[in-house]
Amino acid sequence: MVPENLRYTKEHEWLLVEGDTGTVGITDHAQEELGDIVYVDLPRVGTALAQASPLGSVESVKAVSEIFSPASGEVTEANAALADAPEKLNEDPYGAGWLVKMKLSDPAQAGSLMTAAEYQAYVGAEK
Amino acid sequence: MASASALHTTPLHSVHHALGARMVDFGGWEMPVQYSGIIDEHMAVRTGVGLFDVSHMGEIEIRGPEAGALADLVTTNHARKLKIGQAHYSGLLYEHGGFVDDILVHKVAEDHYFLCVNAANQEKDFEHIGSHNHLNAEVEFSSPRYAQIAIQGPRARATLQKLTPVDLAEIKYYWFTDGEVSGTPARIAHTGYTGEDGFEIYVPPEEAQRLWREVTEAGGEFGIKPCGLGARNTLRLEAKMALYGHEIDATISPLEADLGWIVKFDKGEFVGREALIRQKEQGLTRKLVGFEMRGRGIARDGYEVYLEGAPAGWVTSGSPSPALNRNIGLCYLPAAHAQAGKTIQIIIRNQPVEAVTVETPFYKRAK
Repeated sequence: MVPENLRYTKEHEWLLVEGDTGTVGITDHAQEELGDIVYVDLPRVGTALAQASPLGSVESVKAVSEIFSPASGEVTEANAALADAPEKLNEDPYGAGWLVKMKLSDPAQAGSLMTAAEYQAYVGAEK
Repeated sequence: MASASALHTTPLHSVHHALGARMVDFGGWEMPVQYSGIIDEHMAVRTGVGLFDVSHMGEIEIRGPEAGALADLVTTNHARKLKIGQAHYSGLLYEHGGFVDDILVHKVAEDHYFLCVNAANQEKDFEHIGSHNHLNAEVEFSSPRYAQIAIQGPRARATLQKLTPVDLAEIKYYWFTDGEVSGTPARIAHTGYTGEDGFEIYVPPEEAQRLWREVTEAGGEFGIKPCGLGARNTLRLEAKMALYGHEIDATISPLEADLGWIVKFDKGEFVGREALIRQKEQGLTRKLVGFEMRGRGIARDGYEVYLEGAPAGWVTSGSPSPALNRNIGLCYLPAAHAQAGKTIQIIIRNQPVEAVTVETPFYKRAK
């Protein structure tokens, strides 16, 4: 269920590390909890983000949810397709629903995040 | 936050769990916020039929020779003008003119009025009515005797008609009748909180689960869907129906809330009348108005509203509108500006985003 190759935060973001490139999204559990996602607010390319600082927000019909950056770095790409098709976040949170790509200032920060097994246990315990 | 065990539940609680509903704490009640998804449920009500468990709503009954006099003393609309079998929307006010609650008043008989009130306000309402009961009418807190199911949408009548010998076409909008649904005594009201055609039935709690199942089966051919509080909120917002705690509360009067039509000054004395007359004479300082977002973003409850570069009011409700595919909302603005066609800014996460005030309701069903 939870992809093995990603790292996870307590706020239900995921991080994929490939060299010094990080891809960020929200987990299946997060999209499930939010319900129908209708709006995504993402940072501009070039924005510098510190780990755990606000990255943007995702809105469902019911509420706004803030997204926090799982690692420090500079935004190199924001998923423009989400502006017209925010439902991709519900449909494919680990794929087409990715939020931003960033140049990581310290890829080793991923080590401070949860592994898939840890996140699975965390979500299980939260319920 | 209250622990789950401390929350009130309705007789349909186990049904919601079996349907996989997401449950939330709504004013002390554990209620379904959504089943299949808010947009899906919303559109089922706009195009077909949906059913809602609204058993959390409270019921208060006023009986006796002075029942009408007490109803008219504590509510703003003209209760005694109702015909037997007719209902209307009304307000319970404090002396200072703010809302205790917004309610539905049903006239069952000359000496019997049946009030449907908000879940979180029911005890407060009962005490409030009792505190003004110098007429010695009988006031009963009868919530435990009723479950309430709302069947709403263009196919609501066709759905419910299968289960009752009562000719539903004969019940006019905002009228009700006491009859049977599937062999169970039911108060069948042609009312709703969705802006769509529909019925609300008041039934014995022990029959609620069976009736829920039977309504679900009856609506099967119309694609009936169970609907939660999430869809109930977006539906009522499109229809510009007030929600206590958002558009109205103890600090807001019906005149400010654009609900002057439920205030009947000419009926005589009622609690809050003096304050409303004073407010009318002095002129309103603020008034509720609808808006649509022009810029990208969704307004939410509590966001600040700017007019001509200065803070001017606040958002009471805001949401994407599933039926209109626009982002809509309601806000308070200085009364002089509370009219359609004004450009305003909603402050969304510290950024001003443009919106324009519009005529309401946002959505009106075809008749």
